[in-house]
Amino acid sequence: MSKRTVQFKMYRYDPDRDEKPYMQDISVELEPSDKKLLDALVRLKVKDDSMSFRRSCREGVCGSDAMNINGKNGLACLTDVDSLAQPIVLRPLPGLPVIRDLIVDMTQFFKQYHSIKPYLVNDNPPPERERLQSPEEREELNGLYECILCACCSTSCPSFWWNPDKFVGPAGLLAAYRFIADTRDEATNERLDNLEDPYRLFRCHTIMNCVDVCPKSLNPTRAIGKIKDMMVRRAI
Amino acid sequence: MKIAKLTYDAVIVGAGGAGLRAALQLSESGLKTAVLTKVFPTRSHTVAAQGGVAASLGNSTEDNWHWHMYDTVKGSDWLGDQDAIEFMCKKANEVVVELEHYGMPFDRLDNGKIYQRPFGGHSQNYGQSPVSRSCAAADRTGHAMLHALYQRNVRAKTQFYVEWMALDLIRDADGDVVGVTAMEMETGEVSIFHAKAVIFATGGAGRIYYSSTNAFINTGDGVGMAARAGIPLEDMEFWQFHPTGVAGAGVLITEGVRGEGGILRNAAGERFMERYAPNLKDLASRDVVSRSMVTEINEGRGCGPDKDHVLLDITHLSPETIMKRLPGIREISIQFAGVDPIKAPIPVVPTCHYQMGGIPTNYKGQVVAPQGDNPNAPVTGFYAAGECACASVHGANRLGTNSLLDLLVFGKSAGETVVEDIQSGNLRLKPLPEGAADQALARMARLENQKDGTDVHEVRLAMQRTMQKHAGVFRFADLLKEGVTRILEVAEQAKTTEIKDKSKVWNTARMEALELDNLIEVAKATMISAEARKESRGAHVRDDAPDTAEFPNGRRDDEWLKHTLWYSEDNRLDYKPVNLQPMSDDVEPIALAKRTY
Repeated sequence: MSKRTVQFKMYRYDPDRDEKPYMQDISVELEPSDKKLLDALVRLKVKDDSMSFRRSCREGVCGSDAMNINGKNGLACLTDVDSLAQPIVLRPLPGLPVIRDLIVDMTQFFKQYHSIKPYLVNDNPPPERERLQSPEEREELNGLYECILCACCSTSCPSFWWNPDKFVGPAGLLAAYRFIADTRDEATNERLDNLEDPYRLFRCHTIMNCVDVCPKSLNPTRAIGKIKDMMVRRAI
Repeated sequence: MKIAKLTYDAVIVGAGGAGLRAALQLSESGLKTAVLTKVFPTRSHTVAAQGGVAASLGNSTEDNWHWHMYDTVKGSDWLGDQDAIEFMCKKANEVVVELEHYGMPFDRLDNGKIYQRPFGGHSQNYGQSPVSRSCAAADRTGHAMLHALYQRNVRAKTQFYVEWMALDLIRDADGDVVGVTAMEMETGEVSIFHAKAVIFATGGAGRIYYSSTNAFINTGDGVGMAARAGIPLEDMEFWQFHPTGVAGAGVLITEGVRGEGGILRNAAGERFMERYAPNLKDLASRDVVSRSMVTEINEGRGCGPDKDHVLLDITHLSPETIMKRLPGIREISIQFAGVDPIKAPIPVVPTCHYQMGGIPTNYKGQVVAPQGDNPNAPVTGFYAAGECACASVHGANRLGTNSLLDLLVFGKSAGETVVEDIQSGNLRLKPLPEGAADQALARMARLENQKDGTDVHEVRLAMQRTMQKHAGVFRFADLLKEGVTRILEVAEQAKTTEIKDKSKVWNTARMEALELDNLIEVAKATMISAEARKESRGAHVRDDAPDTAEFPNGRRDDEWLKHTLWYSEDNRLDYKPVNLQPMSDDVEPIALAKRTY
């Protein structure tokens, strides 16, 4: 790839300076080695040091740089900048309060994650060595444990937009199922009780935006479906 | 300026593996604890570890901690302290099993036990043959571990201050540590955290190099803070260059790829590691493999149009194995190298990866510094664990999977020591000194008012290029000498950095400038310590200390079997002995020997 100039339309808002948010037209020249959207953002920040976004691992595993890219949520570090239509429209993740520019307040998102008790519950005294689990039992956790809590899914979900305080959202529900599916966890009933409510689980209307945007190719909708099935089976 | 003061029994800075493991110890003991972290805990760089955590569980091949200890001492090129190494290897099974009990989703063997894979430098029977010692969750072990530790902390109701950046250490007139200053990112406000104990678990500073596997956040904040507070830094000349960073992008490809059977090849397709390490071949120690790769490239056997990398080949493995054991690597390779490793080999090059040195500690996690005749006198109230610390278990070269073990063992140990020291009454809340926040406030004010200053990005880039050129995989006496002059010039430029963004709210420009202050301390420590060490050992190999009959591998145990201590003030160097004595009678000291694989 050669040097090229890329056009952006950036959501800007600094509460210390701006009365209200605005969209800024800005362009930047990329070096041949710049491949990902995050490379371009870092380049932009050299030009204007007030450009604010979170970033850390730059390889899609820490979940810091989730944002709304040309209308779709994704990670800047995993998005090829040359694949995007220009001007590249960047906005903060939808549905969460904006702190500054692309940085959102994720309190509500983590509150929902914490609400499902995201830790293994097993009150039996642990054995001296590891608890045993067959490879097949362990395989049940694949597609669940890899979540990076980037919030692309929950903030693309209309049900979460309407009821972020009541609906757990796809990320939290995926985590709930991760523990339900773990043969070492003994709190399945309590976990189902915790979700038995008109909102917490059942606000999922299988719109499947979550599946569409997940940068780790996970499928929260399927996990939610499995929890719903268990709920139904338990009721019979 | 009015400054908020918050009081705790203990404050932990950093919420990666070491910080979270220490936090569990404190939270579960009921001490009032605050964990400060500049990123949400699961964004810490532990998340990027891939291949596994070492423990001699012996689940698929016979193993014991003696063999693990031998490999670690040898891997360290005898610069590691044998008491700390014994402690770590002995504790490995306990901390890994604990982690499993916390819910860590380890891969499993058919008998239901934790899956283990071979890794570089780990052997059976004192170097004889590879051993399966790395406990793995596919190639996402760090991610699985960090999330499991965070989740356990949610259960323990640990109190986090998320997106708070620690600025400076507070020491009183006795030199005791009584707290830290920190800035809340959302408001830009500075607060004082007053505590009986401060634990640093702030990670490494891999971003001092231009090409690094490390995250943007790895800016050595704790190491920089310690240096500014007069604490010496130990063995900073030793940096690990991981053999397999993706060429160009720097992103890590785990050694677990070679553990699963991956092979390094040069332009002729030759498995060149057979020539350099006839016994362990591609699974030799990291420093050895990295040097072999650079030698291949320097001698014209590199791959690609510029002959500037080698190839990591797993095309002979079945697609099922790759999908099951190395799924993350496949994603990374497709994303960052444009190559599906099922079909074609991955272009790789040695890339800065890990800081072996750091804040000097003992195996209890207490920070130690010379005082009178005692080279290892504990600094009251100050503890450190993980990559920011130097216990020293890695010495001159760390073995793969020993870093995740380090942070579990020493995170726990530091936590236990703090609990003990507080509950026994040894540590009390000492009053804050006058002007406790002055150092931090002066740095903030300087940045606020700087006119006609230097550019943060430019200075950082100059530092990174200098480190890359002058203190790389192979080191040269003249380049090191020039590097010292150059890095001191860059450090001068760093004193007058100027930011244009003056907003109070989530000011990342300010954050990067403050981080640069920390990076610069580490860069100076590295270059000056490296220039001074006139031998080759582990990851520090110089052209003027070649392999000879008298001094195999260029190692000079007669003069240089000692730890470097660098002081920020005047860039002064001091040295202290390596502890060649194990902590117990369970094992004989591992005698000095030539290192071959």
